[in-house]
Amino acid sequence: MSASELAEAHGLAKVGGRPPLHHYLVQVWRRRDFTISLARFRIQSENERNRLGMLWVLLRPCFSAIVYGLVFGLILAASRPDNFVPFLVIGVFALEFFNSSLNQGAKSIISNSALVQSLPFPRMVLPLATVIQQLMNFVPTLALMIALTMIWGARPDVLWLLLIPLLAIFFVLNTGVGLIAARLTVHVRDLSQFIPFISRMIFYTSGVFFDPMNIVRDHPGLQVVFDWHPLYNILAIMRGILLPDYAIPEQYWLHVSLWAVVLFVIGVVFFWQAEERYGRDD
Amino acid sequence: MTDTARDEGQDAVNDSARTPVVIVDDVKVDYRVLATGKRLGAGASRLFERGRATKTVQALKGVSFIAYENESIGVIGSNGSGKSTLMRAITGLTPVTSGAVYAKSRPSLLGVGAALMNELSGERNIILGGLAMGLSRKEIESQFEEIVDFTGIRDFIDMPMRTYSSGMSARLKFAIATAKEHEILIVDEALSVGDRRFQRKSEARIRAIREAAGTVFLVSHSMRSIRDTCSRVIWIEKGVLMMDGDTDEVVKAYEKSQNS
Repeated sequence: MSASELAEAHGLAKVGGRPPLHHYLVQVWRRRDFTISLARFRIQSENERNRLGMLWVLLRPCFSAIVYGLVFGLILAASRPDNFVPFLVIGVFALEFFNSSLNQGAKSIISNSALVQSLPFPRMVLPLATVIQQLMNFVPTLALMIALTMIWGARPDVLWLLLIPLLAIFFVLNTGVGLIAARLTVHVRDLSQFIPFISRMIFYTSGVFFDPMNIVRDHPGLQVVFDWHPLYNILAIMRGILLPDYAIPEQYWLHVSLWAVVLFVIGVVFFWQAEERYGRDD
Repeated sequence: MTDTARDEGQDAVNDSARTPVVIVDDVKVDYRVLATGKRLGAGASRLFERGRATKTVQALKGVSFIAYENESIGVIGSNGSGKSTLMRAITGLTPVTSGAVYAKSRPSLLGVGAALMNELSGERNIILGGLAMGLSRKEIESQFEEIVDFTGIRDFIDMPMRTYSSGMSARLKFAIATAKEHEILIVDEALSVGDRRFQRKSEARIRAIREAAGTVFLVSHSMRSIRDTCSRVIWIEKGVLMMDGDTDEVVKAYEKSQNS
């Protein structure tokens, strides 16, 4: 009798095999308590390390907004978009959520190799916990963002409820990106050095401190690029919701939702395909 | 592989009276290493290797054995012999290059340290460690008091773990790790930690777990604890199964090879 026949005769299952996708997702779902606690406890743990604790979550984007505001506000003096301060605040604050999901997501497996090597659980828990952690950090940032836009003239509106579905779409998008990045860095470790450049590239192209529609006026060919730039889509919708001078580009809801769903599905499948490799020492 | 090992293996396969719980079938584990000694990433593509000399290190060169219900199996071998790689392959944490491991349920390593966070209190770490091992929140809540009692550091349970002495955090980790019942368990010698009193306590706990668990692997350099607890011993050297059989016989052969 061969080993595999013997195993089958006694109902033994192969260890370390990758379960089919639907089983895998059920396992991930069962670990939801662990995933969320991991995210929550990491935030607490990070806050313990600094005297100002949670305040840094808010201070960090504020400081970037001040730096970008000073630098680009002066350089772009003539072509500054309307209502520049809240315009910039929305851009910098929202991109913070994306960038941290991408950068931290990319490290979620490689910087937890000890954990991956000592306990069995579906590895997708790690990038998911990372993106959830960024979401938990983003919620107070979003509140501050709203407060700041109100200082510069925004007034509460029923429309603001649209921020909730937008946040959901944004989270799904970031999860997809985080999952893809988490696996890529496992294969090509050097990529973790390169990812900050990718996120900077996205930051500078998504219209954080300039209005792409002003560029499009001179270069009509770029219209389609910005119309399908997922981060610009999010910023444009968010500005449309919060700032009276900007309208919500309706079709962007569709564009960004498509991006989110496609990236999420690709991310889940792509990450799952390498499940059995994440334990490897390297 | 010695004749003893081969005979044992053959006997085992034909032995239908006992119930196998873990079958290790010709398991090989290779690491690819750059000539500089730097390990390559798991899937590093050919593109990045071109022009760089790589070397394959065979951590396990084809190991086979069958573990049965209620066995306590000692795993011995000198440092770097592949014991830990074999144990990690059995748990599925290290992927095998070829061959396969079959098991009745997923074997677990007794260790939870990597899931804990230094900045958090002992209390939070009990919750986190329990969840990481796959306990539900309810199970953790119902066992919480018992875990705290076992650590013997109740007064410090609200303090961040980084303020603990190494003995205290070892107790905490041990108490969390042993809170779960395991069907197939792998115990690493390094677990007997802390002062004498806690060591006795933890040895008793391991014995209890062993009795509750169906099958136990004990990885150890201490021949005393191997003799005390194991009915069967597997000896691994340089990734090869040297011997597999009765504790006395294997330990004697191993000690002889160590002294020569």
